[in-house]
Amino acid sequence: MALTTYVEAIRQGIWEEMEKDERVFVLGEDVGIYGGAFKVTAGMLEKFGEWRIIDTPISESAIVGAAIGAALMGMRPIAEMQFADFISCAFDQITNFAAKCRYRWGAGVPIVVRGPSGGGVHGGPFHSQNPEMYFVHTPGLKVVCPSTAYDAKGLIKAAIRDPDPVIYFEHKFLYRRVKEELPTDDFVVPIGKASIRRPGTDISVLTYGAMVYNALDAAKELEREGIDLEVVDLRSLLPFDKETILESVKKTNKVILLHEDTRIGGFAGELAAIISDEAFEYLDGPIRRITAPDTPVPYSPPLEEFFLPKVSDIVNVARELYAY
Amino acid sequence: MNVKDINPEILARQVVPPTRLPPDQTLLDLLYYMKLTRELEFRIERKLYRQGKIVGGVYVGRGQEAIAVGSCINLRADDVVCPSHRDMGAFLIRGMSLRTILAQYMARKTGATRGKDGNMHMGDLKHNLIPFVSMLADNVPVAAGIGLSFKMRSQDRVALCFFGDGATSRGDWHEGVNMASVFKVPVVFICNNNQYAYSTPLERQMAVENVADRAEAYGLPGEIVDGNDVLAVWDAATRAIERARSGQGPTLIECKTFRMTGHSAHDDAGYVPAELFEFWEERDPINKFERFLKERGIITASGIEDLQKRINREIDEAIQIAEKDPFPDPEDCLKDVYYEGE
Repeated sequence: MALTTYVEAIRQGIWEEMEKDERVFVLGEDVGIYGGAFKVTAGMLEKFGEWRIIDTPISESAIVGAAIGAALMGMRPIAEMQFADFISCAFDQITNFAAKCRYRWGAGVPIVVRGPSGGGVHGGPFHSQNPEMYFVHTPGLKVVCPSTAYDAKGLIKAAIRDPDPVIYFEHKFLYRRVKEELPTDDFVVPIGKASIRRPGTDISVLTYGAMVYNALDAAKELEREGIDLEVVDLRSLLPFDKETILESVKKTNKVILLHEDTRIGGFAGELAAIISDEAFEYLDGPIRRITAPDTPVPYSPPLEEFFLPKVSDIVNVARELYAY
Repeated sequence: MNVKDINPEILARQVVPPTRLPPDQTLLDLLYYMKLTRELEFRIERKLYRQGKIVGGVYVGRGQEAIAVGSCINLRADDVVCPSHRDMGAFLIRGMSLRTILAQYMARKTGATRGKDGNMHMGDLKHNLIPFVSMLADNVPVAAGIGLSFKMRSQDRVALCFFGDGATSRGDWHEGVNMASVFKVPVVFICNNNQYAYSTPLERQMAVENVADRAEAYGLPGEIVDGNDVLAVWDAATRAIERARSGQGPTLIECKTFRMTGHSAHDDAGYVPAELFEFWEERDPINKFERFLKERGIITASGIEDLQKRINREIDEAIQIAEKDPFPDPEDCLKDVYYEGE
C-alpha cells in the first residue's frame, strides 16, 4: 500500500466529499487553475469544473462572506485562505456573521474555512502564524488542528459534514513530511475527540499540530532515562476533549502543556485553568507550559529556531517535573 | 451630492425618472406597505420607545419608505432579501408578521430572534430574509455568495442587498460588489443614500459625488433614482431584477433620499441644518405618492383614511399581543450556539 502524505490526505478528503455531495464546493485564491498554493486542490478544476472550484479575487472577507451566503442557501462551501495568516482579513465575517447566525436566528452556517498555519519553513511573520486562539475564543465556531494524515482526512470530512462553521488549520510543516497508509473506505474523525499518541504513566504532554512530533521525539529520548511520557494530541480545540484530558492528568498526575502558538492567551492557559478547576487534587507538581515566546514569528533561521518550542525544551521541563 | 449645495435641479438632472407604471393593484400595495412602514416605525420610535416598552436602540427609516417597498414589491417568494437597518418595508413585504416584529423590539421570546438579538436584526429563511449585522456592509459579500449559489445551480433567483451611503466606505462593500461583478451573479445592490451616517455627512464619507459613481470601478451599471419616488425605485429595481434574473449580472441602484430623524431614537440630529429637513419634508415619499394616486383616480381621500384606519387597527392588535408575549427563559442564553438536533 502506498503512503499518503498529510497534504494529499486533505485533498482526498475534499475530493471524496465533492464526489459524494454536489453541494460541496471550494472557493479561494488560486485554487482552480493553479490547484492551490500548496496544491491541496490540484486536479479538482478538471474534475469538478469552474463553478465548484472557484478562483476568486484577493478578497478574504468576501471569500468567507460569499461562503456564508451560499451556505445559507443550502450549499457546503469550503473557503481556502491561501495562508492561515490571511484569515485576519476575514475575521469579521467569521466571528460576527458566521459564528452568530445560529444563535441569533437559528440558521446554521455549514462552512469550512481552511488554510495552512504554523512555522518551521522560514515563512516569516505573515506566512507562519498560528491564529487558532482568535477563533477558539468565539462561541459558535469549531476549531480543529490535525497532526496526522489520517486525522487530516478524517477531520476535513467531518468539518465538511458539520452543520456549524469549522475553522480547519492544516500545519504546513507537516504537509509533505508526515505520511501513512490510509484505509480505503470512507471514514471521519469526530470533531471534539483527542487521541493518545503514546500512552505513558509519568507525565502527560497535552499538545496539538506539529508539536505532537516534538513531544513524541522527547518521549523517545526520555524513555532511555526511565521517564514515561503520555502524549495526548488534542486534534480539536473547540470543542475540546475534556474527558480525555482529565483522565490523562488523573493517571499521570503531572502535566506539560505544549503548543507552537505564543504564550499569553494561548490554549495552554485555558487547559491549565480547567485542570486546576477539575483535577487539582490529582496534581503532584506544577502545571508547566512550553510555548513560543510572545513575539511575531521571525524569519531568519536562528531566530525562528529560537522561537519554536524544541524537543530539548520538552526534555528539560519533563526532567524537572519528574524530579519534583 | 454635497448636502450644502443641494437643490432640486441637481436632483432632477441626476435621477432616472420612471419609464413605466405597475398595475393598479401594485400601486395600492405600494401605498399600503409604505404607510404600514411609516405607522409601525412611528409607534415603535415615538410611542413604545418613549413608554419604555422597547428594549435597546431604535433606528427607523422615516422618509425612506419608498426604497425598500418599491424594490421588494415585485420579488418572487424564492428570491432573497438582505435588508439593512432602515428597510422595515422589506420585512413586511416578505411576510414577517407585525407581532413577530414588535415582539422582536420588545425582546420577547416570540420575536424574530427569540430575544437573542434586537431591533431590525431580524431574519428568517422561511421568508428568505437574511438578517443584518451591525458591521455595516457585511451583508454585501454574503449577498454575493447567495447570488453565486443561484448561478452555480442555474437557478433563476435574485438577491437584493440593501445598505446606506456610509456602508459603502467599508472594505467589505468593495470586496463584495467587486466579487459579485466578477462572477456576474444575480444580485441587485440598493443604496439608501440618506446623506448622513450617524452625524457624518456624505462629503466626509466619500470624495465622489454619487454612490453610483463607485459602480464604474467594478464594471457594473450604477443608476441613480429619486429615492422618495416609489415609482422610480420600483421601475429601476424591476429592470435591475430582470437583468439579474436573465443572467446579465448585478446592478447598483443609488436611491437619493434623506434621513428625516436622528441616527437613532436618542439622537436629535441637531447637526443637520434645519433647511435640509424642510427641503426633504416637501418631498415626503408618501405624500407625494398619495397625490399621484388621487390625481389618477386610483384612490380617494376617504380611501386613504380608511387605509390608515386599517393599518392602525392591524398595529394595535399586534402590539396588544406582543406586549403580553413572554420574555425568553434565562437559560435560553445557553441554547443554539451549535446545532442541537432538529
